[in-house]
Amino acid sequence: MSTAPAADVEVQLGALGFGRGAYLLVQRALAGLPPGGRVAVSGRDPALRVHLPAWCRSRGHRVEWPDPADRTDLVAVIVRGSADDERWFGAERAGPALPPALSSRPPSRWGLGARGALLEAGGPEARFDLDERDLVWADVAPKLYAQAAARQWDPETAVPWHDAFTLPADVEAAVVQVMTYLVENEQAALVVPARFVGRIHPHFREVVQLLAVQVADEARHMAVFSRRALLRGTELGTSSAGGRQSLFTLVAESDFALASFLLSVLGEGSFVDLLSFLEQNAPDPVTRRICWLAMQDERRHVVFGMAHLEHQAAVDPSLRDRLRAAIHRRHDALTNTAGLNADVFDALVVLAAGGWNPDDVAAGYDRVQELQNAMDQGRQRRLVRLGFRSDEAAALSALHTRNFM
Amino acid sequence: MPAPAVLMGAVAYDPKVVTIWEGFRAWLRGRGLDFDFVLYSHYERQVEDLVAGRIDAAWNSPLAWLRAERLAAATGGAVSALTMRDTDRDLTSVVVVRADSPVRRVEDLAGMTVAVGAVDSPQATLIPLGYLAAAGVEVGIRRFDVGVGLHGDHIGGERDAARALVAKEVDAACMIDANHLAFVQEGTLPSEGTRIVAQTAPYDHCNMTIREPASAGVKLFGELLRGMSYADPQVRPLLDLEGLTAWEEGRTIGYHALASAVDAVGFYAADGRVTAEDYQP
Repeated sequence: MSTAPAADVEVQLGALGFGRGAYLLVQRALAGLPPGGRVAVSGRDPALRVHLPAWCRSRGHRVEWPDPADRTDLVAVIVRGSADDERWFGAERAGPALPPALSSRPPSRWGLGARGALLEAGGPEARFDLDERDLVWADVAPKLYAQAAARQWDPETAVPWHDAFTLPADVEAAVVQVMTYLVENEQAALVVPARFVGRIHPHFREVVQLLAVQVADEARHMAVFSRRALLRGTELGTSSAGGRQSLFTLVAESDFALASFLLSVLGEGSFVDLLSFLEQNAPDPVTRRICWLAMQDERRHVVFGMAHLEHQAAVDPSLRDRLRAAIHRRHDALTNTAGLNADVFDALVVLAAGGWNPDDVAAGYDRVQELQNAMDQGRQRRLVRLGFRSDEAAALSALHTRNFM
Repeated sequence: MPAPAVLMGAVAYDPKVVTIWEGFRAWLRGRGLDFDFVLYSHYERQVEDLVAGRIDAAWNSPLAWLRAERLAAATGGAVSALTMRDTDRDLTSVVVVRADSPVRRVEDLAGMTVAVGAVDSPQATLIPLGYLAAAGVEVGIRRFDVGVGLHGDHIGGERDAARALVAKEVDAACMIDANHLAFVQEGTLPSEGTRIVAQTAPYDHCNMTIREPASAGVKLFGELLRGMSYADPQVRPLLDLEGLTAWEEGRTIGYHALASAVDAVGFYAADGRVTAEDYQP
């Protein structure tokens, strides 16, 4: 006659012990029962009679023992406690797993929990101050991130570092000067998004991912531009105080919308034109290739900056006032500085000239002026897209730093 | 009228004790109890201060409970167990040998060397040695005195005993049932590399000891502790740290084995004096 306590479910552990995962089978059986539900556990591991009650005790389950005369493999009957359920009392989903129905303002308690995960109540209130969807989000962010991740390139193999070429010393010097300028600008372009990555609520993770890739892009740009600068020599060019002052005003901007505006819409937008110019006028295959590669990345940065500002401008009519003020503020801060390093300007002319005949220099000079005009036109177009009138866009574009970035 | 108050003692066997009781303090104060705690470096002074009336409650090891009971009785007073954790009830200790050991029954351990925890560990020293003595088995003892004065709260002595077993420095080792499982799961003991040759009868572990008669503050303290819910996200992390899912009524029926062991080795005198020779917390 059986003397086993009644049970709802039976679990056969065979020879498996708790030290090697038997608790998983027990846990699985308990999970399907309400508190008070009963699981009969059978097994042959000699330590089971010690381990099973010890494990149950720590999890708030009760154990009932069979009659000592029971000769079966039945070890005990577990009566399910309520702690497992209580742990998930008040748990909530951290929003939807995927866009577009993201929370307009995710609570700080969601913190670093994966978006869409079931969050146990409690835990730290994580302070991510950029937590408004309208401030950071753009619907194009997931797609841009996917593109960005797919288009990462390996500086070692994507650039023909070993192609043979020899440049006249002054042309090589002009390349080195331009590369020096690019490195310090890319450095600023790395720092700006990096400072915001840690402030954006992880609920908007595609934006965080995109900015993280943007940071990685800039890191790669710094690497290839400095490698090109030192490809034939051992020294970099000059860095002007005014240029660094201009970059400093960019890095110091702590408002995400304004920083994106100054960096991506105005700065990197201008840089796309500059890199395009350099690709066309590059005197060697390495310079040509790295400028082309960097230009592809910078275009993506501009697209995101524009997208999230367009989104924000649509919901916040006061945004344009703040953007306008930011341009004026930066202009005022830089009014007594030279802006672009004269050595850089000259180097651009030399590269565009391609020779030292007066006609060559004149043509080169014209091309650099065309470049500046193209940058200005591009800025105006983007300002108009953000809702500025065309005459105001022209005036604001003219206030942009002479340092391009 | 001032709020009911309680000053509780706890032994700082681990830095987490501060986290636990600071968290509980905030929770208790939010429910009308003017609660605070003091930390002790060992249980003996905590028990003396409880009996002397310097603190209102003591979060006591089972050994500290026995001493509090004896000290109070010796001065005409009495103590009781206000609450205990659900995990303080019905524990057992085990005596473990290597899987290839010739030892089959507890009697086979006679004359062999058994590793135990600290001199004052109820679960890894006093209770299992009392069990062996009651079975008439005389053994050599190798003690691992880690955290003396903490009454075995520090797991180090038990773990060192387990390591000595694996290193073949001893023939057997004593530990609490849950630690045998933990040592196997963490790899201190090889999976299926050990065999349990003896298991003690169930006994109880810690309790919240108070002086009789209980003050209004102490009574409220007990009610509030027992009202803590594992569903409450404010206290659940603290309950996890303290190793319980619910506070139960205090009971004192599970300390006989330890009391016998204490008397057998002369750890405490009947009046609560510390009489163990080589015990210096």
